Amino acid sequence: MRILVTVIAVAMIIILSATAQAFCGFYVARADTSLFNRASQVVLVRDDNRTVITMANDFEGDVEDFAVVIPVPTMIEREQIHVGDRAIVQHLDAYTAPRLVEYHDPDPCMRYERLNSVFDMNRPSAISNEAENRSGRALGVTIEARYTVGEYDILILSAEESDGLIRWLEDNDYRIPKGAKPVVDSYLKQGMRFFVARVNIEAQSKLGYQYLRPLQVAYESNKFMLPIRLGTLNAKGKQDLYVYALTRTGRVETTNYRTVKLPSNTDVPEFVQDEFAEFYRAMFDKQNKAENERAVFLEYAWDMAWCDPCAADPLSAQELQQLGVFWIGENGRGGSKIAPMPAQNVFVTRLHVRYDSEHFPEDLVFQETGDRQNYQGRYVIRHPWTSASNCDISQYEAEVRDRQEREAQTLANLTGWDISDIRKKINFAGGIKPEPEKDPWWKRIWS
Amino acid sequence: MTFLNRHLPRLGDPRHYQIIVLSFLIAYSIVVLDFGIRWQNALAIVGTALVTQFIGTLCARLPRFDPLSPLITSLSITLLLRTDELQLAVVAACIAIGSKFIIRFRGKHIFNPANFALVTLILLSDQAWFSSGQWGSATINAFGLACLGFLVLTRARRAETTLAFIAIYAVLMFGRALWLNDPFSIPLHQMQNGALLIFAFFMISDPKTTPNTAVGRVLYAALVAGIAYTIQFIYYQPNGPIIALIMSAPFVPLIDALLRGRIYRWHHAAGHVASSTKGAYQCES
Repeated sequence: MRILVTVIAVAMIIILSATAQAFCGFYVARADTSLFNRASQVVLVRDDNRTVITMANDFEGDVEDFAVVIPVPTMIEREQIHVGDRAIVQHLDAYTAPRLVEYHDPDPCMRYERLNSVFDMNRPSAISNEAENRSGRALGVTIEARYTVGEYDILILSAEESDGLIRWLEDNDYRIPKGAKPVVDSYLKQGMRFFVARVNIEAQSKLGYQYLRPLQVAYESNKFMLPIRLGTLNAKGKQDLYVYALTRTGRVETTNYRTVKLPSNTDVPEFVQDEFAEFYRAMFDKQNKAENERAVFLEYAWDMAWCDPCAADPLSAQELQQLGVFWIGENGRGGSKIAPMPAQNVFVTRLHVRYDSEHFPEDLVFQETGDRQNYQGRYVIRHPWTSASNCDISQYEAEVRDRQEREAQTLANLTGWDISDIRKKINFAGGIKPEPEKDPWWKRIWS
Repeated sequence: MTFLNRHLPRLGDPRHYQIIVLSFLIAYSIVVLDFGIRWQNALAIVGTALVTQFIGTLCARLPRFDPLSPLITSLSITLLLRTDELQLAVVAACIAIGSKFIIRFRGKHIFNPANFALVTLILLSDQAWFSSGQWGSATINAFGLACLGFLVLTRARRAETTLAFIAIYAVLMFGRALWLNDPFSIPLHQMQNGALLIFAFFMISDPKTTPNTAVGRVLYAALVAGIAYTIQFIYYQPNGPIIALIMSAPFVPLIDALLRGRIYRWHHAAGHVASSTKGAYQCES
């Protein structure tokens, strides 16, 4: 029996003062989607009522068992389905991932000299600103079209009743998650249609791919949404979903759930460099709980033409076209990895949502806003000066210890980690550990 | 209700309460929710609205300058309009108050000022938008209480529009869920929307732009709810209620012509006094 992997799937200016804050510093680590288990990635290209959706799945197992039923907002034809390149989605993931940057303190002695000479130089600010036919007819299900696209066999189904569609799927050896009927019923009444994609082993071996490439669908619909309700049925617990929206005007947000920026541009202790994945997971967990697990998180919002600091190069015009950015067609003259051509009028929004049916009863509905302010998940580590110095650096070391203590508290606040565990991992300047916190005052009253 | 009338403090003008609630919401949005309301925009909108009202008062030779209504209009715009451009915020305030003095029919302005400005800006600029889903469920409950408080304190006077709109919109949401066989958690989630509450309690409720009779107001609310539902769930476009209101506004004179009543006057609200439609030139809202 084929396993039915119900995936989440489709259904949905003018720049005057895009205030951009230039950052310096070197990119050293990123928190990409591989950090989270059961993560799906969807790229939504949207302009006016045209949508191109790319669905990258993380199916692990025998591809012979793979089949998906995908709801789409309108009837679709063969030419509207395409098989994409997984590497481009991975590139987009890398480009938009939250990042860790590092700075090195300059020689404190040099700094003092400059301070003493003329300038009243402030320290750099820590925060600057992220499928058959027969049985089908009997059940009221018509296979409108059947063809092979890349390694997939695609069946476009037209069904009027959910009963027929569900029974047809079961009769054809698809395992339907419990509770699918009412959801399928609701989608059909809303005018949505379904197609089935399964792996054509012969085609796949000819093509030579060892993994499943993402499916892409292009359609026109007023609905700018992502049906997540089927995805909550066969899920074991909560699932992580990343939505990369590529639009012409500006940032994309959900209209029926709160879209929240994750804390960003904060200084964290040096050891986070080795534990960036754990740090990011813990921070996401804490922030998600703080929003009662009902928010969609913004991780990146940026003009595709550039990045600072870059976790990966911006996508080239060809890559964007492959993802379905139709409006750069003629203008896309390409670019190389070394010097990518700046993309035109493409704004990328990366949203991260952890959902289940309890907290996200409704499908995600989006809107494009006019907001072109850049945002990125950016975390900063500052390495103290550790080389030899030719002056008294005790004052510098005291300042660094204060800074390290602030970083420890910030980290504890962001992640909910125990402050004393954090302090243990910090190499405080001059080897002097801060004094342990005194007992609270009430402990001294009756002792 | 008699008990309430006897024991609750009497509000001189329900707008005072509206201003307090809206100001609190703005402060909370900026300090806690952080979804893009900027204090600079708030100041610019309030300042511009007051100045425009003052100029309008002089031009229309009104007996006195009334700061309350432009305050409510500007606070509503601040809460609902999102833009990174300060000048667009200023333009919004000008359009809102200006529309009140210019687009009039039989002694009443036709469009709700804040609503008119919001829709105009959204249609004219790519850099202005509404953020309807940014309040969060925790906020909604407190917000809902504040709105109920408003109804109690004003003894639900002239609240037919708000109540009828909420009731009819809820019936449409739950009816849709029944038809689709969806769980009720979906329509419930759809009703728990901050922007919907702001709309229902502070925009559609404006007595100056709603029909003069209670029956007329209920009809009007039904019209707005019906159009909002059509925009949102048949055409799948965002911001249904706000666009529905501007589309329904021109029907108010028609409803008034069919159902004759009296024009609302804010400063007599406490005393339940309203003036006759005949000969009254009202410009103080």
